[in-house]
Amino acid sequence: MHPPPARGSSLLDPAPLPPDPAALLPSSEPLCLLDPHGARHAVDGFECALDDGGLRRLYETMVLARRVDAQAWHLSRQGLLGAFPTARGQEATEVGSVLALGADDWLFPTYRDTMAVVARGIDPIEVLRANQGAASYDYDFRAQRVSTMAIPLATQAIHAAGLALAAKLHHDPIVALAFLGDGASSEGDAHEAMNLAATFGAPCVFLLVNNQYAISVPVTRQTHAPTLAHRAIGYGMPGVRVDGNDGLAVHAATARAVERARDGGGPTLIEAVTYRMEAHTTSDDPSRYRTDTEVDAWRDRDPLTRLELHLRSVGILDDGACAEASDAAEAAAARVRDWAGTSPVTDPLTMFDHAYADPPSRVRAQRAQLADELRLMEASA
Amino acid sequence: MTLTARAPTTTVPDVDLRSSVAPDDEVPPMSWSAPASAEARSVTLAQALNRALRDALDADDRVVIYGEDVGRLGGVFRITDGLQERFGEERCFDSPLAESAIVGSAVGMALYGLVPVVEMQFDAFSYPAFEQIVSHVAKMRSRARGRAGLPITIRIPYGGHVGAPEHHSESPEAYYAHTAGLRVVTPATPGDAYSLLRESIASPDPVIFLEPKRQYYATEELALPVRTEPIGCAAVRRRGTTATVIAYGPSVSLALQAADAAAARGHSLEVIDLRSLNPLDMDTPVASVQRTGRCVVVHEASTFGGFGGEVAAQIQERAFYLLEAPVARVGAFDVPYPPSRFEEHYLPTVGRVLDAVERTLAT
Repeated sequence: MHPPPARGSSLLDPAPLPPDPAALLPSSEPLCLLDPHGARHAVDGFECALDDGGLRRLYETMVLARRVDAQAWHLSRQGLLGAFPTARGQEATEVGSVLALGADDWLFPTYRDTMAVVARGIDPIEVLRANQGAASYDYDFRAQRVSTMAIPLATQAIHAAGLALAAKLHHDPIVALAFLGDGASSEGDAHEAMNLAATFGAPCVFLLVNNQYAISVPVTRQTHAPTLAHRAIGYGMPGVRVDGNDGLAVHAATARAVERARDGGGPTLIEAVTYRMEAHTTSDDPSRYRTDTEVDAWRDRDPLTRLELHLRSVGILDDGACAEASDAAEAAAARVRDWAGTSPVTDPLTMFDHAYADPPSRVRAQRAQLADELRLMEASA
Repeated sequence: MTLTARAPTTTVPDVDLRSSVAPDDEVPPMSWSAPASAEARSVTLAQALNRALRDALDADDRVVIYGEDVGRLGGVFRITDGLQERFGEERCFDSPLAESAIVGSAVGMALYGLVPVVEMQFDAFSYPAFEQIVSHVAKMRSRARGRAGLPITIRIPYGGHVGAPEHHSESPEAYYAHTAGLRVVTPATPGDAYSLLRESIASPDPVIFLEPKRQYYATEELALPVRTEPIGCAAVRRRGTTATVIAYGPSVSLALQAADAAAARGHSLEVIDLRSLNPLDMDTPVASVQRTGRCVVVHEASTFGGFGGEVAAQIQERAFYLLEAPVARVGAFDVPYPPSRFEEHYLPTVGRVLDAVERTLAT
């Protein structure tokens, strides 16, 4: 064990480690509260806190997330959106985790987490603007407490740790939830983020979405660790392994980690074991690196099917409620289609708008140059 | 070192670059002014930086300082000396030894609303943070459409002439000056060290603040706090008529030494200190070259692809017909930084600056 701090305690100190560090290890099997057939299991310490309304909202949001994801995929195939990284099959992980956040908590998503950002309540159109190639993210992410979606791998996990540390230093009881993928877990920034957060006890939850592939490379080429959740003990934080296709389990594990962080317990690493059902993006061909048999096996573990089976069996869902959820998702998809189908109204001059708060004079001159070019183009059109 | 004041000459076209999406209101400017009655005393560049950090912590509760060894030790160069003791560990603390985490967590802290001032212990130690600096620090304001500026100051001691081990003497300024979205500032005098650092911390745009480590113990008679000319204004450090020598950071003192030596040969060199590389004031150097007709650019970084190329290009764009000779560059050789016993041969010397001046005179 480490020697105690040389001086008096400070806000930077983490919570003490458990007497037996083995308590930080993940369970041998992923946490599962809802099996693929919709049967509910009880697991000590991981009760799902969602009431009937909450369960119905989880279902509706997962239906919406899948529909928006599919719509974006199709629009990308039609050339109306750029390459789109789908998360089909990961709805339970994307939505179950986000619904465990409080209104003042922060989300740090990656490029594959359109579903998570939509689950946070942000208009799908505002999330998809970056895919459209006409503007960057256009939601008020400070008000919504959702950072910009990060493409550089694992970099956002450090931002989450930094924000969480800032909150801790200011006695602000908020939590930062950072998504990262199995491929990103190999990046140095994943290590630096987890080490920083654990060392200072920052109220941060790392949700490692293990969807089995980094483009074409399977997770077995990323790590020799027993599981990705086993890495947590090396940082002095708990590692939790959860069935990522079980929305109840993801919600329960995230809620517990969020509560722990809020109470001063420090960060948690959650590995959500799931599967990317489609290609990496619309530019990818997964038949080059995986078999239909493998994909079909995961089809039987579909996160929406199992949640619907369960909620119907306990009387929370019926045909009418399912149709309502489907209709709402269709309406959202139609709005996305209408938006993408109309030519984006964009002004190339906006590239200069926020490059600097106080732009150098040459940048102002370059803007004036482009404005002149655009005027000439308009005049000759 | 003599300081020659001049009024800012940069003209700013009347173009509103801020869209109506959101106000850029992250950092209300900190204000400070020179004391009316404080007595001037001899201040080192290191002491001026330390005082600037102390005054910034005093002026704004959102300022937080961290990095490797900056807490209890006060930094390996003692630039943060006494700050943890005075302001507590929550305002000035030691981080894990991980530069990407230091810069990346500053992004998160700035999103939260703090004003982080982080230290990269040495120039080459900023390279592990390169992705965070280039992909996030520089771009976040654009990507978030003005909804999140990052008022981060990244302090980097840089340059050679200190007999340091490998990887401790680099001049990385061109990497950062080339990256849109950053400000790159480098003082050469204690007064500028204080004023430019205060201004950098108050800047809503992120700043790479390059500290010339060989000048840490250079002194100036100063009454602190002091306010010098703002970022984006070059300064004429010595008036002259024969040729203009343009320098920044650690090369300013070399240029002044060269000017002394040139005076013995009957040449009168004008020495310009750029003070910031982005924004870059070229009005002052161009006005000087218009008077002298000859120009030498000096920096410690390797010559090829160095910042001197940008300066030389702008001089010829704006003063081509007034030049009596091609613009000369004096930088380090284009090889990796050598073992420290050879650095006197690798880095620009007074002799090479004088040779370059002679070349411009021979044309």
